[in-house]
Amino acid sequence: MASDVSALQLVLSGDPALFAIVRLSLYVSLAAVVLAALIGIPLGAWIALTNFRGRQGVIVLLNALMGLPPVVVGLAVYLALSRSGPLGSFGLLFTPGAMIVAQTVLVAPIIAALTRQTIEDLWIEYRDELTAMNLGPFGRVAALIWDARFSLVTALLAGFGRAAAEVGAIIIVGGNIEGFTRTMTTAIALETSKGDLPLAVGLGLVLIGIVIAVNALAWTARRAGERLAG
Amino acid sequence: MNMLTRRVLIAAAALVFASPAFAQDKSIVVASTTSTQDSGLFGHILPMFKAKTGIDVKVVAQGTGQALDTGRRGDADVVFVHARPAEEKFVSEGFGVKRYPVMYNDFVLIGPKSDPAGIKGSKDIVAALSAIKAKGSDFISRGDKSGTHQAELNLWKVAGVDIAKDKGPWYKEIGQGMGAALNTASASNAYVLADRGTWLSFKNRGDLVIAVEGDKRLFNQYGVMLVSPEKHASVKKDLGQQFIDWLVSSEGQKAIADYKINGEQLFYPNASDSGA
Repeated sequence: MASDVSALQLVLSGDPALFAIVRLSLYVSLAAVVLAALIGIPLGAWIALTNFRGRQGVIVLLNALMGLPPVVVGLAVYLALSRSGPLGSFGLLFTPGAMIVAQTVLVAPIIAALTRQTIEDLWIEYRDELTAMNLGPFGRVAALIWDARFSLVTALLAGFGRAAAEVGAIIIVGGNIEGFTRTMTTAIALETSKGDLPLAVGLGLVLIGIVIAVNALAWTARRAGERLAG
Repeated sequence: MNMLTRRVLIAAAALVFASPAFAQDKSIVVASTTSTQDSGLFGHILPMFKAKTGIDVKVVAQGTGQALDTGRRGDADVVFVHARPAEEKFVSEGFGVKRYPVMYNDFVLIGPKSDPAGIKGSKDIVAALSAIKAKGSDFISRGDKSGTHQAELNLWKVAGVDIAKDKGPWYKEIGQGMGAALNTASASNAYVLADRGTWLSFKNRGDLVIAVEGDKRLFNQYGVMLVSPEKHASVKKDLGQQFIDWLVSSEGQKAIADYKINGEQLFYPNASDSGA
């Protein structure tokens, strides 16, 4: 990217390097949200509907994990994926795969905690009907997740917001390699360190625009879904 | 599971596992310093190397201390840094195969136009540092074990200042890269030691200018090493050595010499100088 033109000009002129960065950012964050949802939604729903020893403690811990510091997660994932670490043989460090792993760790507790709250509220509301329907535990979880599907979009968006905004974890495990692991946020950090503040601000505005666009899409999809479902 | 859910899951799986970003081609990871990347040198020479060999060089820009550590852990194939004693230790400990001198540039002492320590235009870095300490003028230190930080600590020692003991509130260690240190100096009108390459390409200068340059003690030598394949079997020995061989070849040396910002040459190749 030439740094003597504004980011807006880069967008308007369809700069391929910028588009590659935007694409990678979306790819990493969306993949992390998908993986985190596959872990977090069932886990959250299970905690909501199950009584076990230490449940209160688990809920407090899960809520606290929503605030995991990205730089600590980045460091932990770095040590795990390093060639000298336990998962080094996968050769994931300094690849987009490592960034997805780190962001999944950050996002999964958010989705799990918000799912737990949503499902638990629904469960209190529909407890009698669901008990009367004589569903097994899996049937109950599935029925409640289905009923909560529109509210869960908000949980996914909260997770996406966290992933798209963070830089601390992915800059450590991705290495901010040009054309390979450089995302919007790591590019902003780099341009700031090069003293090119206008370009950094321009990239920041592009990032905010993309986050708003993703949220608008999700909102539209949710509204359309609600209308279809009556 | 209904059709729609299944389609969404399949699309999600495709998104996660089928990205072209995972395609593995001929590539090596080079742990290097912020000065080589932020100055734009890699942006200039790497496309030439790729055109000749087809090898993608993925640069992870860190401080020299961190870059050597990345090599030590086996997370890079080649380390390209600037702190000769640390590099020689890296090789003698068996983590690096052999150290090749590549090029040098120099450090410059940057400071505000107002020049509170009264050192502007001097060619004596040691006298300048002593004056900064005597007057208690604000000084930004990288504080991150980078090559520049190690050079700075060494210069304080030469000036007879035990900085760990003698530092006052005027001496601020920020623990960040060269660009961040220059940004901080620019915002607080402080002195800072910088490599010339990063300074020349740095845009947010504010009132900062070069205060001291041209002292031989500001010399900044870069070396390159292949990470030992004996320590880490994952090291791409052949591709990494190809990169090193190219850097010290006449073609690579010319590519380095040709890199200029506003007509000013940033790095001086000296691979043939075995004492460097």
